[in-house]
Amino acid sequence: MKNAYFGEFGGCFVPELLMPPLLEVEAAMRDVLPTMEFKIELEDLLHNFAGRPTPLTYCPTLSRELGFHLWLKREDLLHTGAHKINNTLGQALLARKIGKTALVAETGAGQHGVATAAAAARLGMDCTIYMGSEDVARQAPNVVRMKLLGARVHSVESGTRTLKDAINEALRAWISSQASTHYCFGTAAGPHPFPTLVKYLQSVIGRETRSQLLEKTGKLPDAIVACVGGGSNAIGLFAPFLEDADVRIIGVEAAGTGEPGCFNSAPLNLGAPGVLHGNRTMLLQNNDGQIEPSHSISAGLDYPGVGPEHAWLHKTGRVRYGMVKDDNALAAFHRLCKAEGILPALESSHALAYVLNHPQEFAPDSSVIVNLSGRGDKDLDIVVKAGEM
Amino acid sequence: MNVLERKIRHAVDEGRTALIPFLTANFPDKSRFWPNLMELDESGADIIEIGVPFSDPVADGPVVEEASRRALADGVTLRGIMKELLERKGFFKAGLVLMGYLNPFLQYGLEKLADDAAAACVNGFIIPDVPFEEAAPLRDVFRRRGIALIPLVGLNTGEERMRLYAAESEGYVYVVSVMGTTGERNTFAPQVADTLRRARAVFSLPLALGFGLRESSQLENFPRDARPDAVVFGSALLSHLDSGGSAAEFMRRWR
Repeated sequence: MKNAYFGEFGGCFVPELLMPPLLEVEAAMRDVLPTMEFKIELEDLLHNFAGRPTPLTYCPTLSRELGFHLWLKREDLLHTGAHKINNTLGQALLARKIGKTALVAETGAGQHGVATAAAAARLGMDCTIYMGSEDVARQAPNVVRMKLLGARVHSVESGTRTLKDAINEALRAWISSQASTHYCFGTAAGPHPFPTLVKYLQSVIGRETRSQLLEKTGKLPDAIVACVGGGSNAIGLFAPFLEDADVRIIGVEAAGTGEPGCFNSAPLNLGAPGVLHGNRTMLLQNNDGQIEPSHSISAGLDYPGVGPEHAWLHKTGRVRYGMVKDDNALAAFHRLCKAEGILPALESSHALAYVLNHPQEFAPDSSVIVNLSGRGDKDLDIVVKAGEM
Repeated sequence: MNVLERKIRHAVDEGRTALIPFLTANFPDKSRFWPNLMELDESGADIIEIGVPFSDPVADGPVVEEASRRALADGVTLRGIMKELLERKGFFKAGLVLMGYLNPFLQYGLEKLADDAAAACVNGFIIPDVPFEEAAPLRDVFRRRGIALIPLVGLNTGEERMRLYAAESEGYVYVVSVMGTTGERNTFAPQVADTLRRARAVFSLPLALGFGLRESSQLENFPRDARPDAVVFGSALLSHLDSGGSAAEFMRRWR
């Protein structure tokens, strides 16, 4: 295996039984991804099926209130409602090219499950989704969507019954089904080569953003901001800007309810290095190395780990990682709805909340881009229950 | 020669298959775990594998996962296991192996782990989420104390990857008999015999077959040139103990 690490983070910590299929994915990345045929087919799917390119939307009202220029990268407008489809179309196409006929995937909020089911249906592949029973209950509409798209949805009853346990179960399923099946991993985490593969497929977000802002203003942004759960929308936005020293890059973790010692989903700020789900990264864990349950109001951020490249970018200081609490994310959700007519996902609301809560960090007239990674339709129940209409 | 290899060779010289029971720490509860371990030792176990519980055991099926969950709920820690092992140093005739996932070992500190394990007469470790590519740092720390890092190979491990492991491994080779997690199965896939033959050709170490074993009759159909030197049983033993059976009774079935 080559380039499995980002500094001291990453690697490939999986049972030997999963090494052959992971090496197969690595070989496909080397042999298939760079071919013109693959690029043309993926480009066609992203354009004609998923709806790329997505707009870069200026926010006139909020910009006036904040005193700097706020832009949103509109991944919420993609088919199935979030950036996840960039990754699933790419992985499904890659899997089909190496002869796989089925996809297995985990899902937390259900967005990755829906995006995987859609890609599988479009490409004529079988699809099985593992989802924690907690998440099945709180994201019921997405379970219906997955089933309508032809996927089998397995409710996972082990552990904390959320995303982390869904990943455990999907990895187990992949051991026995690897001959016919690709594991369509949903975020830029997991064992090598997934962090690199998912970054590659999600980097379309950052590449488009860069050329769109250059076209509109002639300049690079002063700051770019994205929420970080596993970190796929964030690394997709960040990757094309990492070499631009003048662009401030901010990742936003979910602080949960916010009181000291509360359950949260902020392993970069509040965790410690360790190994889970195939990679060495920052984790929420106790002193004995047992993984702690995470919490966030947004199911898509509710994960005790984070992609290994984020752990490295945090350590080197290239990216700053802040935290936003549940109630601040909700407030940002409502403010964007009313001010700009856009209903953001609660995940993306964390990124927006960081900017709204720290306006002093951004110079007057600077350009700040927030990745609006998904739309909020899936979160209506949660928002209504939380009140403050 | 590592102690574990010697134990299996000794059994083979006696014309029998070496027996390797697996028991999750604290199973079935705090008061019965150590007596059960002693009973396994007295009933002819050549090596005993002790499962160190982890919150996210991806290579395990439902029985071992549940045992792991119960242990954690009862407050079992690696620190506690090491302390109790040290107190029982020299009690066991069988070789001792700790089997667990990497993160609890990492947080314990690898150097301290190796020191404490050596002091407690632990002869080897099985760490299912550490494949060859990630094994070097662990292997070196263990090797300096004469402790083996046991390799796992499966039905999909080709000769080439087996050679990587063969060049570096000690103790024995754990041959995983199913393309799946731990847990009892009724039959073996025909590839199991092929895998044992392949492993026999590549490794000079003894071969232990595990995952999915329920009873000794499962081995009878194996062709002579594809018989393992040792068998590992976990889930079947846990289920037997959980339903009130004794360790000695379970071991008798295999002798």
